[in-house]
Amino acid sequence: MQRKKECVAMLLAGGQGSRLYALTNNIAKPAVAFGAKYRIIDFPLSNCINSGIDTVGVLTQYEPLELNEYIGNGQPWDLDRTFGGVHILSPYQAKKKSSWYEGTANAIFQNMGFMKKYNPDYVLILSGDHIYKMNYAKMLQAHISTGADCTIAAIEVPLSEASRFGILNINPDGSIYQFEEKPKAPKSNLASMGIYIFTAEKLYKYLQEDDNDPNSSKDFGKDVLPAMLNAGEKMYSYLFEGYWKDVGTIPALWESNMDLLGADPLFDVADPSWKIHSRNPLAPPEYISETGEVDNSMIALGCEIYGQVTNSVLSSNVIVEEGAVVEDSVIMSGTVIKKGAKVLYSVIDENVIVGEGAVIGENKENAKGITVLGRNMHVSADAVVESGKIIDKDYKGE
Amino acid sequence: MARSAVGVIFTNIQDKNIPELSSRRTMASIPFAGRYRLIDFALSNLVNAGITTVGIVTQKNYQSLIDHLGSGKDWDLARKDGGIILLPPYSNETDAPYKNRLEALMGITGFLQRRTEDYVVLYDGDGVSRLDIADVVRYHEETHADITLVYRKTDSVESHYYITLDPDDTGRINSLQINPKLDNKKDINLYINVMVVQREYLMGLIQNAVQSGFSSFGRDILAKHVGSMRIFGYRFDGYYAGITSLSRYFKYSMEMLDKDIRDELFGARDIYTKVRDSAPSKYIAGAVVKNSLISDGCIIEGTVENSILFRGVKVGKGSVIRNSVLMQETVIGSSVQMDCVITDKNVVIRDRRHLSGCEELPYFIAKGKML
Repeated sequence: MQRKKECVAMLLAGGQGSRLYALTNNIAKPAVAFGAKYRIIDFPLSNCINSGIDTVGVLTQYEPLELNEYIGNGQPWDLDRTFGGVHILSPYQAKKKSSWYEGTANAIFQNMGFMKKYNPDYVLILSGDHIYKMNYAKMLQAHISTGADCTIAAIEVPLSEASRFGILNINPDGSIYQFEEKPKAPKSNLASMGIYIFTAEKLYKYLQEDDNDPNSSKDFGKDVLPAMLNAGEKMYSYLFEGYWKDVGTIPALWESNMDLLGADPLFDVADPSWKIHSRNPLAPPEYISETGEVDNSMIALGCEIYGQVTNSVLSSNVIVEEGAVVEDSVIMSGTVIKKGAKVLYSVIDENVIVGEGAVIGENKENAKGITVLGRNMHVSADAVVESGKIIDKDYKGE
Repeated sequence: MARSAVGVIFTNIQDKNIPELSSRRTMASIPFAGRYRLIDFALSNLVNAGITTVGIVTQKNYQSLIDHLGSGKDWDLARKDGGIILLPPYSNETDAPYKNRLEALMGITGFLQRRTEDYVVLYDGDGVSRLDIADVVRYHEETHADITLVYRKTDSVESHYYITLDPDDTGRINSLQINPKLDNKKDINLYINVMVVQREYLMGLIQNAVQSGFSSFGRDILAKHVGSMRIFGYRFDGYYAGITSLSRYFKYSMEMLDKDIRDELFGARDIYTKVRDSAPSKYIAGAVVKNSLISDGCIIEGTVENSILFRGVKVGKGSVIRNSVLMQETVIGSSVQMDCVITDKNVVIRDRRHLSGCEELPYFIAKGKML
C-alpha cells in the first residue's frame, strides 16, 4: 500500500518583498523578523502544525540562504518527520529544461513531483507574507463538505481598500461566481487571502493546462483561478474571521508589531491554545537596570535596557544604553542603541549600531514617515537621520 | 577539545542541602537564573568542551528532570552514538536504589564499560559556573593524574558534606579531609564536586571497592588512598555558585543581577536550556521594572524591583515585588506586596496579600501553593 497524506501544504516563500526596501536587501520576505522573536514564516508553519498538517513544501527563490538556514530540518515546528515534514523546494535543473519559478502557479507546477510523492487528496497553497492564526483543518472540512474543487479563504476588508485585493463575488451559499483581481470598482469587500485548498487531481490538471498556455502569466490569481471558474469548476469561498495582516510594506509591518502590545492586544502571540513556534535565541533573560524604563513594550531574551523604551518591540540581544530613548519603534536582534541616542518611530534591522547622541527619525506626530535602518550598519555619534528616510549603509550625517 | 571524555552527572547526590527545592525534584533540576535548571550549567560546560556523551545518574523524583532533558536536542545531545543517556537506579540484589556515590557508580559500570572514551568527567549538578572542562581534561593529561579534583578558594563553607584539599606546589593532593572543622579558617581549598578520572582506572576503583566492601567514595577511596594515588587539584577561579541551602540559593540568585557575573556566565551565549516556545515578555502601560531579570512569557502590569522572574510569570496591577525570585508560571494578583520571597513553580498569590521574608531567611512558597 502506498503511504499517503490527506493534505500537503505548499508555501510560496519566493517573494522578494521589494516594498520592505532595506529590510529585504539580503533576505526573503518570509525571513523578516517580527514580534520580538518570530519571523514571518513562523506563522504559516505554526498554523500548519497546529492544524495537523505535517507535510510542507517551502518554495524559495529570492535570497533563500537565511530562510533555508532558519527552517533547517524543521525541528522547531515539530516538522522533522520521517514521512513528511518541511522541505525547501528551490528551482532546479532538469534533464530537459531548467528555469526559475516564473509565477506562483509555475512554482507549484515545477514541484508536482514533490506533491505526488505524498499522494495527497488535497493541496493547501499558502503564502509566506501574512501574520495570522488560522486553523486550516476547519477550512479543509468546509472544502470537503461543499464538495468544492477549490476553496479560497477570504476576509472582509473595508470597501475603500477592496481594490488592492483579489475580490471574490459569491452566491449566498458561498460559491464563487466571479473573481476580480484588484478591481477598480469592487462589487464586494470579500478579499482573497491567497490561501487556497485544491482537490489534488484538479490542481494537477489546471496547472498542466496553465503550463501549456503560452499566454498565461503562470499566476494563481490572474490565470489558474479564472480558468477554473470559466470551466465551471466548483469554487467556494471560506470566510475567515480574525486577525490577518499582509506585512508586505514598512507601515504594515510596523503596525502589525504594535498590534501585539497591551494587556488585551489585537493579536495575541501568547495564546496557549495556538502556540507560535520558532527558533529560540540562546540568551539569558532580559535585564532591565536601575536606570531602565520600559513602558507598553515587548522585550525578548538577552536584551539589556539602561535607557527608556516606550511603545516598542525589541528582538533578542538588543542593548539600549543609559540615557537612550526608544519610542514607537521596532528593533531587531543584536542592535545597540548607544548612550543618549534617540530612536523615534523607526524600524531598525539586525546588528545595527546607533552611535552616541544620534537621532533616528522624529516623534510619530511630526514624522514624515517611518525611518528605516538596514542590517549591520553603523550610524555615527550625533548623526541625525531625518524621519521617513530609508538607509542601508553606514551613515555619518549630512 | 575533550573528545575523548564522557560526562557523568549525578543529579541527586547533594539533595540534602536544599530540601525545600529538591523534595519534589532532583537537585540538578532546581530552576535558576530565570530560565535555567542547575543541570544546564553542567551539561553546557560538558558540551562546550566537545563532549558528546553524558550519562545522567538519577535516584528519585526525576520526572521533572526527564521532562526537562527530553531527547537532549536542546544541548545538541540527541546523538546516534552517545548523547544523553539516562541512568536510572539499577539493582538486582538489593531492592533499594543507591544510597551514595559509590553505589551509584557500581550501578553504572555497564555504561562505563561500553564507552570507549579515555576519561570520565564526574559532575554533581549542584553548582553554577562556566567551567572550562576541556582545560581540566588537558590539565589531567599533562599531570598524568589518576584523578583530578576541581577546587576553588573560599572563606566559608555551608554544606552537609564537603571535601577540602591540600595541594602542594605542583598541584598534587597529598591529603584531603571530609567535613573538617573550619572554625573561621580562611583560604579553604574546597572541592567543587567535579572530577576527571581515567575511565579504566575508575572501573578498577569500583571493582576493588565492591570486593573490599567499601561504602563511601570519599572516605574509603579518596581519603584513604590519597597518598598512593596520583590525585591533582585543578584550581578554578571563575564565578561559582554552590547551591547548598535556600539562603545561598537566594543570595546567588540575586547575584545574577550583577552585570559582570552575568557577562561571565552568559556573555558567550553558550549556556543551553530547554526551549519552550514562550512568547516574548510584555510590559503593560504603567509597569515599572528596575534592576531585574525577566524571562520570556511574562506579563507585567505592576512594579518589579531587584527580582528574578522565570518564564510565564504574571504580576498584576498595583502589585509591588521586591527582592524576590518568582519561578515559572507564578501568578501574582493585584495590589500584592512581596519582599524577599521565593515562589516555586505554579504558585498563585491572591489580590492584596502582603508577604515578606528577609535575606537570611527568604519566605519560601512551595510548588503549586495558592495563598
